[in-house]
Amino acid sequence: MMQGGAINRWLPWVVIGLLALFPMVESNFYMQLLTKVLIMAIFAMSLDLLVGYTGLVSFGHAAYFGLAGYALALMGPKYEAASLWWTLPGAMGICVAFALVTGLLVLRTRGIYFIMVTLAFAQMLYFVFHDTKLGGGSDGIYIYAKPTMNFGETVLVNLEKLDQFYWLVLFFTAGTYFLLRRILGSSFGRALMGIKVNEHRMRALGFPVFRYQLASFGLAGGLAGLAGYLAAVQFGFVNPEILSWHQSGAVLMMVILGGMGTLHGAVIGAFAFVLLQEVLSNQAWFGIAAKHWQLAMGILIMLVALYLPQGLAGLMTKFGRKPATEEAVDD
Amino acid sequence: MDLAFVLIQLLNGLQYGLLLFLVSSGLTLVFGIMGIINLAHGSFYMVGAYLAWSLASMTGNLATAILLAIPLTVVLGMGLERLLFRHLYSRDHLYQVLLTYGLILVFEELRSLIWGDDVHGVAVPALLNASIPLTENLSYPVYRLAISGVCLLLALALYFLIQKTRLGMMIRAGASNRDMVQSLGIDIKLIYTLVFALGVALAAFAGMINAPLSSVTPNMGSHVLIICFVVVVIGGIGSVKGAMAASLMIGLAETFGQVLVPEVAGMIVYVLMAIVLVWRPEGLFGRK
Repeated sequence: MMQGGAINRWLPWVVIGLLALFPMVESNFYMQLLTKVLIMAIFAMSLDLLVGYTGLVSFGHAAYFGLAGYALALMGPKYEAASLWWTLPGAMGICVAFALVTGLLVLRTRGIYFIMVTLAFAQMLYFVFHDTKLGGGSDGIYIYAKPTMNFGETVLVNLEKLDQFYWLVLFFTAGTYFLLRRILGSSFGRALMGIKVNEHRMRALGFPVFRYQLASFGLAGGLAGLAGYLAAVQFGFVNPEILSWHQSGAVLMMVILGGMGTLHGAVIGAFAFVLLQEVLSNQAWFGIAAKHWQLAMGILIMLVALYLPQGLAGLMTKFGRKPATEEAVDD
Repeated sequence: MDLAFVLIQLLNGLQYGLLLFLVSSGLTLVFGIMGIINLAHGSFYMVGAYLAWSLASMTGNLATAILLAIPLTVVLGMGLERLLFRHLYSRDHLYQVLLTYGLILVFEELRSLIWGDDVHGVAVPALLNASIPLTENLSYPVYRLAISGVCLLLALALYFLIQKTRLGMMIRAGASNRDMVQSLGIDIKLIYTLVFALGVALAAFAGMINAPLSSVTPNMGSHVLIICFVVVVIGGIGSVKGAMAASLMIGLAETFGQVLVPEVAGMIVYVLMAIVLVWRPEGLFGRK
């Protein structure tokens, strides 16, 4: 037990340290890919908070991801750079607010209903951006200049520089990881896990179950917003596809592929999923088959659902590691 | 806005609603009886439309195409249940979501490989290609009336099957207590296979008969799927009666919404869903 705890304490730091050194050895393509992986890791961790720890299977998580991207595109000046200082908290704030409002409705439902209702609300947002002029319709909006992060006159982080953007994303990924770990180790996090196991018992014990779930839903929405904001900065545009249900399905796949209910599982899942996508759609390797990479992806997803319910993190446990679910308890 | 115009919209709304019922009744049956959430249900609708298009262009006749396609979709449904869905009955909804999400990707890519990514149109059958004049310049197409009629007949047949026949009794019994039905010597696995195939065939049939009205396009399944989710949520999971009420409600709301308030028409159904959730979280006809 002691040893496992110690590993859990220093391993994340080693991984973060190695990742921070990455721009020294590789540049451009792989660094951009890794940036994408890290952004998706934030997104996957935010969903894991709901699916893996609170027991709420949301199939509309892309709504918050996409909403933050649109918030950045619409809040900033059109051809000049927006200030990261207020657009990031602004975008995340909008996501938290939207999550709390939808949460009031969707948390009245359970099980299959919850899955369908979260999906339906995400689709509603999709149609708002797809059908109205608000966000440029199906074409979306270009973000011509990346936001700036200045302190007075000095530029703190230049987001146009790939390595600086990479470090910023890494900082946020690590921040999300430790924040969630801290929260899940607190009595609030224990209560969430209790609600996941037995909601009625927690209610009988006097816990305000609904408020706890709503708080978790809002937090997950805000963190998904953080990921969506960073993704919009990286891609330089937003369109309705970023909040489509394919995105919601992809992030759910990341959580399960990695192993839900373990934060590092969500990160591993994001790595595996993005790399897999990259490999399968690689025309140099698969030629014409690369065009239909979603076929291979679909089959793989089905195989994971059938044969790997505990994900990749679960595989590690199988080979003699301690149960990964105890991670948060050790902290 | 005169009376004939309102009448046309009313008929359009009812026709759309009845079509939605065909798709969502299968979805709600599979939810209610097997406890399975099936995201790939919209893909069956798409498969139906593409089958109708390709067989109609081969035989030159939509009716023949539909007659040929229905057995194919039943076989598809039975095969999928045997090979995949059977392994999911006892599993968490999460894995059902994941597997059926993977299935959507597979269906879309297979569609792209077999039929390509182009948009196609299907001709209205010559026999039904006429319209009934309502006023000097307004008329109503016979084909739409025919669709409504067929859907109504199917709805009645479904009601009769579930409420009045021995098979329907077994289906209802299987929904409330699987183990009890099995120990009474009824082959519940066969019943599940049949119900699933019925759902697939109904959704595919809706895609077939609607092919002449809306073009046959890639990803046509996903829009229908989401609307059917809303139908099932409003009607109550597992309730065929609820699916009927909610389908008509949504068909009318969306049709009139598009005419009266086109700006926000896409959102109306979701607002309806939100209102129902506040008022009755288990749906109009759902059991607590």
